[in-house]
Amino acid sequence: MRITCPLCGERDRREFYYKGAALVRPAEGADLDVWHGYVNLRENPAGPLDELWYHEMGCNSWLKVTRDTATHEILAVQLASEAGLGGET
Amino acid sequence: MAELIAKSPCDGLLPVTVGGMSLTEEDPGAMWAVAPFNGEDKALSQALEAAHGMAFPAANRATGKAGSRAVWFGRGMALLMGPEPDAKLAEHAALTDQSDAWAVVRLEGQGAEDVLARLVPVDLRAAVFKRGHTVRSELKHMMASVTRTGPQAFQIMVFRSMAKTLVHDLKTAMEAVAARG
Amino acid sequence: MRLPGKGLNQGAKPITFAFNGRHMTGLEGDTLAAALLASGVHLVGRSFKYHRPRGILTAGSEEPNALVTIGTGGQQDPNVRATQQELFEGLEARSQNCWPSVERDVMAVNDLAAPFFGAGFYYKTFMWPAAFWEQLYEPLIRKAAGLGALSGEADQDRYEKAFAFCDVLVIGSGPAGLMAALTAGRAGADVILCEEDSRMGGRLLAEREEVGGKPGHAWAAEVLAELEAMGNVRLMTRTAVTGAYDQGTYGALERVSHHLPRRHSLKGSHLPRECFWRIAARHAVLAAGAIERPVAFRNNDRPGIMMAGAVRAYLNRWGVAPGERVTIFANNDQAHRTARDLHDAGVHIAAVIDSRHEAPDGGPYQVIKGAQVCDSAGRQRLESITVRSVKGEEKIQTDCLAMSGGWNPSVHLTCHLNGRPVWKREALAFIPSEGAVPGMVAAGACNGTFSTAGALREGAEAAAKVLEALGLKSSAADLPQAEDDPYRIAALWAVPGKGRAWLDFQNDVTVKDVKQAATENFRSVEHMKRYTTQGMAADQGKNSNVAALAVLADATGRTIPETGTTTFRPPFVPVAIGAMGAGAADEGFKPQRFLTSHGESDTRGAHQVEVGLWYRAAYFPKPGETNWRQSCDREVTLVRNAVGICDVSTLGKIDIQGADAGKFLDFLYTNTFSTLKAGKVRYGLMLREDGFVMDDGTTARLGENHFVMTTTTAAAGQVMAHMEYVSQVLRPDWDVRFTSVTEQWAQFAVAGPKSRELLDGLLDEEVNGETWPFMGCGEATLLGVKGRLFRISFSGEHAYELAVPARYGESLFRELLKRAEAMGGGAYGMEALNVLRIEKGLITHAEINGTVTAFDLGLQGMMSTKKDFLGKPMSTREGLMAEDRMRLVGLKPVGAAKEITAGAHLFTPGDSVERIYDQGYVTSAGYSPTLGHPIGLAFLKEGPDRIGETVRLVDHMRGADTLCEVVSPVFFDPEGDRARG
Repeated sequence: MRITCPLCGERDRREFYYKGAALVRPAEGADLDVWHGYVNLRENPAGPLDELWYHEMGCNSWLKVTRDTATHEILAVQLASEAGLGGET
Repeated sequence: MAELIAKSPCDGLLPVTVGGMSLTEEDPGAMWAVAPFNGEDKALSQALEAAHGMAFPAANRATGKAGSRAVWFGRGMALLMGPEPDAKLAEHAALTDQSDAWAVVRLEGQGAEDVLARLVPVDLRAAVFKRGHTVRSELKHMMASVTRTGPQAFQIMVFRSMAKTLVHDLKTAMEAVAARG
Repeated sequence: MRLPGKGLNQGAKPITFAFNGRHMTGLEGDTLAAALLASGVHLVGRSFKYHRPRGILTAGSEEPNALVTIGTGGQQDPNVRATQQELFEGLEARSQNCWPSVERDVMAVNDLAAPFFGAGFYYKTFMWPAAFWEQLYEPLIRKAAGLGALSGEADQDRYEKAFAFCDVLVIGSGPAGLMAALTAGRAGADVILCEEDSRMGGRLLAEREEVGGKPGHAWAAEVLAELEAMGNVRLMTRTAVTGAYDQGTYGALERVSHHLPRRHSLKGSHLPRECFWRIAARHAVLAAGAIERPVAFRNNDRPGIMMAGAVRAYLNRWGVAPGERVTIFANNDQAHRTARDLHDAGVHIAAVIDSRHEAPDGGPYQVIKGAQVCDSAGRQRLESITVRSVKGEEKIQTDCLAMSGGWNPSVHLTCHLNGRPVWKREALAFIPSEGAVPGMVAAGACNGTFSTAGALREGAEAAAKVLEALGLKSSAADLPQAEDDPYRIAALWAVPGKGRAWLDFQNDVTVKDVKQAATENFRSVEHMKRYTTQGMAADQGKNSNVAALAVLADATGRTIPETGTTTFRPPFVPVAIGAMGAGAADEGFKPQRFLTSHGESDTRGAHQVEVGLWYRAAYFPKPGETNWRQSCDREVTLVRNAVGICDVSTLGKIDIQGADAGKFLDFLYTNTFSTLKAGKVRYGLMLREDGFVMDDGTTARLGENHFVMTTTTAAAGQVMAHMEYVSQVLRPDWDVRFTSVTEQWAQFAVAGPKSRELLDGLLDEEVNGETWPFMGCGEATLLGVKGRLFRISFSGEHAYELAVPARYGESLFRELLKRAEAMGGGAYGMEALNVLRIEKGLITHAEINGTVTAFDLGLQGMMSTKKDFLGKPMSTREGLMAEDRMRLVGLKPVGAAKEITAGAHLFTPGDSVERIYDQGYVTSAGYSPTLGHPIGLAFLKEGPDRIGETVRLVDHMRGADTLCEVVSPVFFDPEGDRARG
């Protein structure tokens, strides 16, 4: 599999570390149930999924990668710093 | 009074010559990570230009020349190689001394591209990876920085502690490439 | 038999080789199979299960029968396909799966017992008693059935792996592949052309036909010369593309030195045996050709029965006639070329048997139409066949039968991403479904287009399609004239009749086996495959798959497309594990990280241990010390009584700067760092988002916006990635920059009551409690070198950590040791470091094991209530603060057997030693020379409330069973006066 890093260009999957689904972090005072959902609950779609990948053996960017889990097609790649995943602070 | 003696990362490991290729240790001078603070990219680049004569490099590029180079070093960071950074840079960027953190070697000669093709999963052929181009990638299992410094010459960097593995892996690949003739 | 003047190897030099000890001569450019046939050798091996005599069936990598072993010991290669192995001077090959010889194989009795050995035989027979399977049945079966064997010795060969990149990967160099490469190359695309054969040209080397007004092979040679001269085309022979993976990644196996005498790859020479390529291609043209399929009839596996196309290849490429009296059996027009070519070369054609009534007449030889071969005879080589036609059965003397049931397009790679091939009725073949592999276009025979003109046209079209996608202009295809015969074929999979008719030669699967599978309701093609093992041998059923499922379709009353195919998976050809794992032997397995003190520690005889990738000194034995405990006890004592030196550079060090650095640390750590004064160090605890502890360590504030964090050695990489995550994903607006400085600084602990004295004269300034108070830090000049000093302690002693740029590390280590030894101290290693910290109840990742909370560690006081921090919401969950959680305590033995082992479990005395009564477990243990008894750290239910109680410690692994007293985890100097003083 190859992922196009917005900074480095197309790279082999071996350079990346996979974290999991890209979710928006709840606000600090959010209900525990919301936190439980954020930390523990995951959709498992056979289709497009927003994921976090870390270009560990490259430029150190965290990326939001939209990948079709059924075909491995990469639909979009974005720097995670621009993806608004930090939630309200 | 006793005096502390400096030792280079590849001390006792290099040089190595295989076929028409040579692997030598570089003395890069000072090495400082330069990471511009929020909104300071432009100001930093200007300060860098004024103090050291080279702009802050774009992604996958190196600026400057041998002895005074700024090598893109990953997200929001360049490695200034050669001069001690001008104090003014600190107004615009985090400066971190890395002079002792990296082993720096030079691989040169016919076949150098083929050697790297055995270790680095990135296209480093001359047509796409020209002089002044650089990548952050892996060399075998090590985080590495690879920069083309000449038609058949590359500067390769890995963590200092891995110098022995770097030389082992490069030498093994050099031997295999040379054996093919 | 070699025919003078025939073949493409005119003037090739003779080469001597040996087969089963018999010396023979072949020609340069021969495969082993070609040379054997030229020498009249047909019997090459014995079959997998029945030990039937087997010969050469094909002329390519799909060969199921002619597998040989080459080399011995650590250089032994089993299952080498004789049809691929190139001849070299001194080559020695041996038959497999036979004893004492291929001619007289004792296990051939299996063939007589064949009625018992059908599909499912093993499953039904060796079921009971269960214990017999591993001890008796399996070893017996393995001995009796099988192919080549490994030597059991370490592989002495070198392998390598490499990466390649291109715009267009062309797979196969027949007419379609050459035309595609030529079109793409001329347009300026970056092309790689891979061919698994040693010579490019594909079927053009095996057929007698004209392309562009010249012999096909000559046209191929011209194209190759043009391609070779292009700077943008890379030709890779002996390279089989083995797999298609996501986003245009392809695996390819290059056989680098299999064709060279062994000495070239021995020690001293660095030529690899094989190279496994990972090719990243923006587009690919699949021009992999097709594989001819046998027809199943009784005893169709006899040596001398070959594929018709292979016979043409041996004749036209290598000038070898595989027989003197040849018969042909086919259901298609193409196979008649075999008769034509052989006849023209002066070989006698006994008959052409065509299953079709409307078969063409051909040349001046007998063509029996509407007939089938229904049996063969001959001991170790074909002697006659039986032909059944409307006129009845007739025996024909023949020493070679060239058969053809049509061609199966090599669709394998198009199935690797889950693509399903589609049935093309007029070709009686599965062809690739379009777009099965994104970016890949199929052309020529692999696409079900079997004429040369069609292949050339599709090759050019495929390239044009790819060029368009690349945005390159292609010149109008200049297609050479070539054969454009229609592909005329009528279905014939298995000739009806009694006896065993082989489908899968390599795994000995017959028509009967497939029918039996259907009878027993293994109707799905995937079930049939597993029940009969059809297609599960090293050749993956390249010859047999389609015929087998046609038989299954027939037996289950379905059509072939209804029945469907099994899934082709990578690799297309067998790949040695050595090639896949190339470079990982010995030192290449993983990077080794060496401390600057490594050499000096070695000189002192230190025992080095791996800590992650690092090598650290475990202990430094002195003369007279006979085991590690003696060294460890001495080292602990010298730290407690004098001064010890330890390299602690492996701890992660992260330099943090920026206006929001303090805020950032407050978010990362449970406790507050923004209030830390410059020049001070604070211990911090980091949680994961789920509220459990991630790591701990100290962070020093060097300036207003400048911190340096230390992490544990174990979690250095994890913490760095975590910080990048927090900074980039969660808090991208904060102005903070950080970078690892682990490698920049060599850092040494100087620990013990005499540590301050040791520093006298080492630093430019005076060291006292005011200049360097406990938990103080700052820059310091050490023997003229600018470094850093931290007054922190992981031993509980008055201690410092000194950091200098790594280039001075070795020199400083020597100097520190010299001074320490003069004061009755010395070096201490990981073992002593561990005992020292256990004595003080300090934690490492033995305790931070992923299931532990701050509360469990007794550190709940470090969780700030005044600010938010990562992991805080989840850490407040009720269960994470429950009193009955397993919590940190100390243990000391009270029983007769005074032993504490890490990993032991704790029980209330009197309780049964069962999991449900488990009260906790020991995380760290050691012998404390300071206290004179073993000590341990453990997590115990309600631990801190049970101080003074007795628990039973049980370690089944090491046979320990002892009583322990629960004590405070801080065994030594609980007030901490020694470190502060």
